[in-house]
Amino acid sequence: MNHVIGFILSLVMTLVAAWAAIQSDLPVTWVIIGIMILALLQAGVQLFMFMHVTEASSGNGHVPWNMMFHGFALAGIVVAGSLFVMSFGHDHGDHGDMGDMQQQEEQHSEDHNGH
Amino acid sequence: MHITDILVTGEPIIYGAMVSMALGGLAILFVLTYFKKWGWLWREWLTSVDHKKIGVMYILSALLMLFRGGVDAMMMRVQLAFPDLGFLNSQHYNEIFTTHGTIMIIFMAMPFLIGLMNIIVPLQIGARDFAFPYLNALSFWSFFFGMALFNISFVIGGSPDAGWTSYTPLSGAAMSPGPGQNFYLMGLQLSGIGTLATGINLMVTILKMRAPGMKLFHMPIFTWSTLVTCFIIVFAFPILTVALALLTIDRIFGSQFFTLTGEGLPMMWANLFWMWGHPEVYIVILPAFGIFSEVISTFAKKRLFGYNVMVWSMIVIALLSFLVWVHHFFTMGAGAFVNSVFSVSTMLIAVPTGVKIFNWLATLYKSKIEFTVPMLWSLAFIPSFILGGVTGVMLGMAAADYQFHNSYFLIAHFHYVLIAGTVFACFAGLVFWYPKMFGHKMNERLGRWAFWLFFFGFHVCFFPQYFLGLDGMPRRLFITNVAEWLPLNVISTVGAAGMALGFVVFVYNVYYSFRYSERETTGDSWNGNGRTLEWATTTPVPYYNFATVPYVDEIDPYVRMKEEGKTTFEEDKVKPIHMPSYTGQPFIFMALLGLASFGLIFEWMYLAVFGLIGGVVMMIRRSFDYDDGYYVSVEEIKETEKKARGL
Ligand code: HEM
Ligand SMILES: [Cu+2]
Repeated sequence: MNHVIGFILSLVMTLVAAWAAIQSDLPVTWVIIGIMILALLQAGVQLFMFMHVTEASSGNGHVPWNMMFHGFALAGIVVAGSLFVMSFGHDHGDHGDMGDMQQQEEQHSEDHNGH
Repeated sequence: MHITDILVTGEPIIYGAMVSMALGGLAILFVLTYFKKWGWLWREWLTSVDHKKIGVMYILSALLMLFRGGVDAMMMRVQLAFPDLGFLNSQHYNEIFTTHGTIMIIFMAMPFLIGLMNIIVPLQIGARDFAFPYLNALSFWSFFFGMALFNISFVIGGSPDAGWTSYTPLSGAAMSPGPGQNFYLMGLQLSGIGTLATGINLMVTILKMRAPGMKLFHMPIFTWSTLVTCFIIVFAFPILTVALALLTIDRIFGSQFFTLTGEGLPMMWANLFWMWGHPEVYIVILPAFGIFSEVISTFAKKRLFGYNVMVWSMIVIALLSFLVWVHHFFTMGAGAFVNSVFSVSTMLIAVPTGVKIFNWLATLYKSKIEFTVPMLWSLAFIPSFILGGVTGVMLGMAAADYQFHNSYFLIAHFHYVLIAGTVFACFAGLVFWYPKMFGHKMNERLGRWAFWLFFFGFHVCFFPQYFLGLDGMPRRLFITNVAEWLPLNVISTVGAAGMALGFVVFVYNVYYSFRYSERETTGDSWNGNGRTLEWATTTPVPYYNFATVPYVDEIDPYVRMKEEGKTTFEEDKVKPIHMPSYTGQPFIFMALLGLASFGLIFEWMYLAVFGLIGGVVMMIRRSFDYDDGYYVSVEEIKETEKKARGL
């Protein structure tokens, strides 16, 4: 029974997420927040309704702390790593060679103004 | 729609391939029908859930793919040695290097190793099958249909042509319209299901189904390497799954994850791809390390030197492999700080790898080496792989990589690690465990010929490429008639021909040994030098593997078992054995998903939806499947064992 409810719940949540992204008129921030919340709920459904994390009969022996820790660590690497890699260095601000380019650009526009 | 709309037309080479494929297919159909083998094929192989048979099917497919990828390689080498001949045009060249790379990594190296794991790991830990035999069959068929899809692309619809890395925006819908790139996405996605499932399956098998008494640190080193590899698979493959799915949605449904327009981030593809891609190269090298360790300790007739250190170095490599991915795109321009961080982590990986090299050398030190064919492959691996590793460290220096990146220096690096590492290991492992699989050894003399041809061919082919790279020759270029490069390119092509010859001799040896090799009488095929449990089984291995599972409380348990005269058949302890039943479901299930993928590739949505619904039906069917397998009776076990052991 648990499985059937879990199955239906996860389907519904997926559909709601898809609807929010494609069809709804909600502001983007709300869509993002909503999808994140749904994702957390979804993970909860998986853990509690399918993966027996709290199954008393096995003395809660099923909780795979080790794997869960590694899973979170990896998710951390993927997210933090991507942010680190994708957002660093592309704008050097006022130092480095990008700075030079900005200066050149400014000069360029000044030239334009001169005409 | 007309058939010529989707068939690739206008290329003589491809027409030739079509004709030979059609003839080959007809020949197979004819043989199967003529000898009335259809029922046999279905009953004994297509519906099998026996890990040994699935392993054999993996290895056969991998050898086939080694041939296909090898033909691609030879065509590229011919083009590069004779650039003025006009042998290939640029489009065809792009397609070939793309399929070559993808096939060799995804459809050759991984299935070859997974095939060996399939056969050997349960035998090494005293298990009777995988933890989930049904899932194991499912994994194989998902790989098989993924492979089939990818391979038909060059006659139907056109091959992908954006490199095995499939970088966006080039591989996006705007710049690569048509089904080609979809073949790449769906082929990898489908076979990825199987890889992930195998990772979980083997992990559970190793963690839960070891012989009584066998602690983790008693496990044979190949099993250890498999376990570590499975961890990497389970954590790395989901990243690829997501990246492929996003790009598929981009291409087919018009989203903008990796596009140049609409705030897409093309570089995000490279980032995600290599977050999977670097761990992937360790997925194919760690099992290779495991195989070499087994072979070296067997033929040095010693326990592996520094067993614990070997295990820990693999674990450290696995962890580090998730922290170095940026070294594949230092030149993306993430800035000095980011590059420095990943430069350091990359060079760190060389430390545990070096530790392993010294342990192998120490195992060999002062031992009486027996120069069998698997040992030759393993000994050749050590110096050759070092050349690849050292140049890897050179590439890992971000500043220097601005020079090396995407030149033939890089090409030489990864062929030195992948061929001298993974491919040598596949050959070593196959020859080593061949008697376990087929009941006879491969011929030694032909084996040596294959080895020397391949070994020299390999070095002649790839060593010059380091210098071509330093001379500035870029990868993925089809017109290379610069006078300076030509001589080295010709030498390289000669080497490639040597490797091809080696492969031909190897395959001929399969046939020759089948005809003429002595049949095995004992299970301990290599002059009684076996150290681990797989050698304790009889040859051919009975389908239930072990009549009685021995108690194990040390490394290399079979050495002591032999001294004490123990076997895996203790007559008074035999009990009925629970075995899984064969089933055709995995085959049908994956065939349906293959059909769905085919529909998606051509964006024929009705076909895709039909296939997917079929898949769901198969899942429901499985959910209400109450077949719990069957028991092998004590009498049958005793009879089989007595016959096999000549009692
Ligand atoms: C000592 C360990 C290693 C180091 C330090 C290392 C370093 C590197 C670096 C820095 C690159 C990127 C170079 C560039 O794109 O300019 C690279 C590429 C590559 N490496 Fe390694 N590597 C090592 C071992 C391995 C192993 C064991 C394998 C596989 C068995 C491997 C397979 C590859 C492949 C396939 C590529 C090229 C991918 C492509 O661009 O198509 N490497 N390696
Ligand atoms: Cu790498």
